[in-house]
Amino acid sequence: MKPTQKSPRTSKPARRARRRTPAAAGATRALVPVTESTVHLHVNGIEVTRTVEVRRTLADFLREDVGLTGTHLGCEHGVCGACTVLLDGQPVRSCLMFAVQAGGSEITTVEALGQIDALSPLQQAFRDHHALQCGFCTPGFLMSAHALLRDQPNPSDEQIREVLGGHLCRCTGYQSILEAVRAASLGSGGA
Amino acid sequence: MKPAPFEYLAPGSREEALEALRRFGSDGKLLAGGQSLVPLLAMRVARPSVIIDLNRIPDLAFVKPSRGGLAIGAMTRQRAAEQDPVIAARAPLLREALRWIGHPQIRNRGTVGGSLAHADPSAELPAVAAILGARFVLASGRGERIVDAESFFTGYLTTTIEPDELLTEVRLPPQPPDAGWAFTEVARRHGDFALVGVAVLLHCGDDRRCAEARLAFIGVGPGPVRVRDAESALVGRRITHAATAEVERIVASALDPEGDIHASADYRRHVAGVLAARAVTQAAGRVRMRA
Repeated sequence: MKPTQKSPRTSKPARRARRRTPAAAGATRALVPVTESTVHLHVNGIEVTRTVEVRRTLADFLREDVGLTGTHLGCEHGVCGACTVLLDGQPVRSCLMFAVQAGGSEITTVEALGQIDALSPLQQAFRDHHALQCGFCTPGFLMSAHALLRDQPNPSDEQIREVLGGHLCRCTGYQSILEAVRAASLGSGGA
Repeated sequence: MKPAPFEYLAPGSREEALEALRRFGSDGKLLAGGQSLVPLLAMRVARPSVIIDLNRIPDLAFVKPSRGGLAIGAMTRQRAAEQDPVIAARAPLLREALRWIGHPQIRNRGTVGGSLAHADPSAELPAVAAILGARFVLASGRGERIVDAESFFTGYLTTTIEPDELLTEVRLPPQPPDAGWAFTEVARRHGDFALVGVAVLLHCGDDRRCAEARLAFIGVGPGPVRVRDAESALVGRRITHAATAEVERIVASALDPEGDIHASADYRRHVAGVLAARAVTQAAGRVRMRA
């Protein structure tokens, strides 16, 4: 997919670079350390280009620079799973990557799954099975479960639990989330 | 919870990485999968001035058959290794241990080489490397050297890797098809750091007596800990309840772990003994299945 539409959201003006990646890509380009870099990637199919500090995590990049606040940040050190997004289709912690590392990749966030008035089958199953209360952890659960059902349309409970194990939820007790994923795997063939 | 400022570079080849290490290795840090390093950066426990990102080097991720065994590229993702048919066939102990690392979402990024080079005392892979006889290929501008597991792990979060060196590959000799194996651990929740874990490899003769045993523990010392007394106590014996009970007793008295807020030293010693007996029993069962 090569969309021509640019993201309607724009970032704050990039802070002045102390050293930026030189525009001319030469043999030694990679060997010049930088503190800011221009990153090109696709987010939910839309081409995005931003200049960011290299210490900017992918999670902060998505929220602050791209304006997609569906990705939530809980612990910011890889434990809670709330910030899980798909990196070239695979669920990863977006707080444990830098935005600059995502250059050239395709990122999928919860905003790509469905809309308020048109939930994806997985989202609808979460709603039907009370798989969320406060909803803070939900985007992460949805992204991991979405990838699971895409690869494994009819997973065993053990497979579902293995994937859900990478996420913390303080409200539901998890059983309703398991039931939602199980329900989404039946009939609809996934999200 | 934001990393302190650093400078960043992403070499595109091994040669560029070695050149970057030569220039910046002494105050730099290599970034592999980032699943341990980035939390340390976020908490500002680590504040390197230069981050050298290995993720743009295409030929550091591979699994190849090698001399009956395996060669695994350092940047091979743990999830890819877990699903690799060559690893499943030639190093089932490694495959089992990989499944205990974090969660699938962590293993999608975390690398085999990164975990070994980080050398966390509760990490799973160092114990596997210790009992499978892994050899580590370390490259630098000065050339290449190969070290075994005993020389590789030198202490708490410390290895023999020099500031200008890059771990490029881990080589495993073939896991003998008639050997039994097991890996197990205890953590507060699955995916948490292990309080204690153990990897076991057993060779038995046709008479089902143990010819060789190897046990390596995690979470009870600065690196993977072999308990030689327990290993030699098994040699020449059938793996009976009496034998595993003796292993349990030897392990619990031989280990000298430190206590922390997660588990006291006594509790770790006790759990290590129980896990050792359990893992030896499971490994023995796998010997018999192949006999």
